[in-house]
Amino acid sequence: MSGSLDHSDKGQTAPDLSIQMALSSDQALEIVLENVLCFLSSRHDRNAASLVCKSWYRAEALTRSELFIGNCYSVSPQRVTQRFRQVRSVSIKGKPRFSDFSLLPRNWGAYFATWLVSMVDVYRGLEKVYLKRMCITDDDLAFLAHNFPALKDIVLVCCEGFGTSGLAFVASECRNIRVLDLIDCDVSDDDEDWISWFPESSTSLESLTFDCVESPINFEALERLVIRSPSLKKLCLNEYITIGQLYRLMVRAPQLTHLGTGSFSPSELVVHGEQEPDYAAAFAACKSLICLSGFKEIVPDHLAALNPVCANLVTLNFSYAHINAEQLKSVISRCVKLKSLWVLDSITDEGLQAVAATCKDLLELRVFPTDAADDADGPVTEVGLLAISVGCRKLRSVLYFCQRMTNTAVTAMSKNCPDLEVFRLCIIGLHRPDPVTGEAMDEGFGAIVKNCKKLTRLAVSGLLTDKAFCYIGQYGKLLRTLSVAFAGDSDLGLRYVLKGCPMLRKLEIRDSPFGDLALHSGLHHYYNMRFLWMSSCRVTHKACEQIARQLPRLVVEMISKDEDKEETSEYVETLYMYRSLEGPRADAPGFVRIL
Amino acid sequence: MSPPLLGIEGKSQCNVSLMASSTSTDFISHNELGFKERNYMGLADCSSMNSSAFSSIPEENKNKLNLKATELRLGLPGCQSPERDSGFTLLSSGNLDEKQLFPLAPSKEGICSVTQKTVTSGNKRGFSDTVEGINEGNWMLNGPVSDPEQKTNGSIKTETAAKKSQECINKMNGSNANSIPAAKAQVVGWPPIRSYRKNTLASNTKNNDEVDGKPGPGALFVKVSMDGAPYLRKVDLRMYSAYAELSTGLEKMFSCFPLGKCGPQGAPNKERLSENKMSDLLHGTDYVLTYEDKDGDWMLVGDVPWK
Repeated sequence: MSGSLDHSDKGQTAPDLSIQMALSSDQALEIVLENVLCFLSSRHDRNAASLVCKSWYRAEALTRSELFIGNCYSVSPQRVTQRFRQVRSVSIKGKPRFSDFSLLPRNWGAYFATWLVSMVDVYRGLEKVYLKRMCITDDDLAFLAHNFPALKDIVLVCCEGFGTSGLAFVASECRNIRVLDLIDCDVSDDDEDWISWFPESSTSLESLTFDCVESPINFEALERLVIRSPSLKKLCLNEYITIGQLYRLMVRAPQLTHLGTGSFSPSELVVHGEQEPDYAAAFAACKSLICLSGFKEIVPDHLAALNPVCANLVTLNFSYAHINAEQLKSVISRCVKLKSLWVLDSITDEGLQAVAATCKDLLELRVFPTDAADDADGPVTEVGLLAISVGCRKLRSVLYFCQRMTNTAVTAMSKNCPDLEVFRLCIIGLHRPDPVTGEAMDEGFGAIVKNCKKLTRLAVSGLLTDKAFCYIGQYGKLLRTLSVAFAGDSDLGLRYVLKGCPMLRKLEIRDSPFGDLALHSGLHHYYNMRFLWMSSCRVTHKACEQIARQLPRLVVEMISKDEDKEETSEYVETLYMYRSLEGPRADAPGFVRIL
Repeated sequence: MSPPLLGIEGKSQCNVSLMASSTSTDFISHNELGFKERNYMGLADCSSMNSSAFSSIPEENKNKLNLKATELRLGLPGCQSPERDSGFTLLSSGNLDEKQLFPLAPSKEGICSVTQKTVTSGNKRGFSDTVEGINEGNWMLNGPVSDPEQKTNGSIKTETAAKKSQECINKMNGSNANSIPAAKAQVVGWPPIRSYRKNTLASNTKNNDEVDGKPGPGALFVKVSMDGAPYLRKVDLRMYSAYAELSTGLEKMFSCFPLGKCGPQGAPNKERLSENKMSDLLHGTDYVLTYEDKDGDWMLVGDVPWK
């Protein structure tokens, strides 16, 4: 059977039954299958379907339109484009997460260019590109814009390698651009007025996110763009946009649902006597607004302008807003429908109590630190966490940075919020015990894994012994992602986890005393994982070599900070290993040694 | 508390100029004195490592007090908004010293050294402590060394003023852990927040010369805040060619605010942000222009040539 979905030659139905019967049952089945499989959207379901038999495999391959590659090095672009021929949407993730925290040297890899080369001939109808932690250059962006005429959505998360020149290419050449979202990317300032490059004919924009672009924007061009984009629903501005400019944009786009407010502060000298616009009215006019962010340089006096929209807000990102408890209260007390809140710890425990009092439907909370320094005291503590746990029972995801935390509070949260799926607690002080009891944080995290039966992601911190890991191995049966830093006593700790957590897919460990024995204890499981990261641990070169020998489909990378230093120390600086169909990658830089 | 303070007050001008032309070696000669001519708290006997480290800092770096590199402070010196790197602070002269000298919560200086694993508590002077400290006379400047904690804090200030690297020495109990060369003692990638977010954090760790006030091609903007004013303003320094002009310009800008108005004492204890802080220590209507240079020192405007 040909690989195409086009069966018109068979479907030119001669009403003649004999021709229809010429279809073998196999062929008929495949037609049916393809038509049915079109409806399968989940990649997990599709993966399962493709394993049934060869014909299902073929049919599934023909009908998969959304491609998800969790690790860009697990499979080659050629292999992918040969199997899946009708792809409309591509999502690729590159570097391991710890690269966000400067733990991976530059130029490690994850280049999008190799994918482009393979895709250009096969995926002419590509509509959506989603990249996370990939390197993409201006040339890549130009290539993308130029060669994929159907491209509508470009979403880049934590990517780097490009600048405003690349954005200019996209703006000018993607005729049908609908979504251009840059999230937490490192965008170099090439002094290019990229906004102006959107042609006058471009009216299809639905989402434009550029809050991470740290360069000035041609406001007039932006305003004109907004005016001619009636479908624009999401607009996230960068900090160069003043509140006055924000006002002008909002007035033009009252249909917005998601708004990133930029600096939320006035521009320089405000002429005396000049009327300040009625910001509250502008917000009131945006009746569909459900998501707010930005506030990069907030002047708290303007917080009152948010009042008209608070009642409808579902997502509020104040994580760049240095506001105190009182200021937060003035806003949060109205946000009864809030489901997701990101804040800075400047709001203090008192602010968190206010959140707990109002946001009963809260599903996600992230509390970021204002001050990265280690400290005995911080503005948010166990008091805030406890308050949240009591008030927001439906919580599913928590990220909490603090200087001190008690086992009692964490345990309380485990009992009060049984729906927790993600629990990430970062006690900034290294090896910090429970300040009240002096004990390690084992019991608290133990309670989390024990009581939160839906937990899939966990990040631990503070003083932790092997006991904590024993708990994790014992109870963390659904755990998929685990982040460990400065924790544990011995190999036993990691061993507990590797033996006990069957669903573990991503394990990232730094600065913990786990060594070869522990590494070996996971041999049975590494093929089931997306990756294992161990940096500044006690794993030797020899052990890594052994693993590589025993598991040929595993790529074992040993990464050093410098090219030269590789062999001097007893332990491997950074071990990054992942399953792959391709073997060692060809684009590894000098400081990476692949076994 | 008073004698040292008064002494300083009287000599504020010359102390400031001292700072301006300081050499690093002078700076750290913590010897028997335990009390610095600088407008800082009594210094502890820091480790010799510190001395040597300091003395290795080239003089030029200390002297780069040109405005471009200057970090202007917002609000009270005591209450800082560390993420704003520029801003003037207008203070009444009476309180110049206390406020000006008031070392900021050292943790603001950036990521702490983590070579020690012990839990340290109480060493660090939280913001609330400092504020209360002023009022209660529980002031660190009280003579040279009466207890280890003050030593520690004293040494912090030294470092703050002198060093390029940002370390949180307060937790070190004056131990050797606060060595300058171990600016690398700060743990890489900890806490786990993305660099993009870190850059906007409260930190003076940025050692770049850019004024944070988004300089445009022709403008050099700097944020100015006045005690008692509800919000800050941005000033284009290039519009002025002399301090006198700047001064009148600022006067005009802030003339709309009721002078000497003291709002409620700063926010609750854990408050770190300060732009809009008001101080009830303001007396009178005379304001003094001060700024914080890139090393975190409070300087009187006018000492350094305009250029």
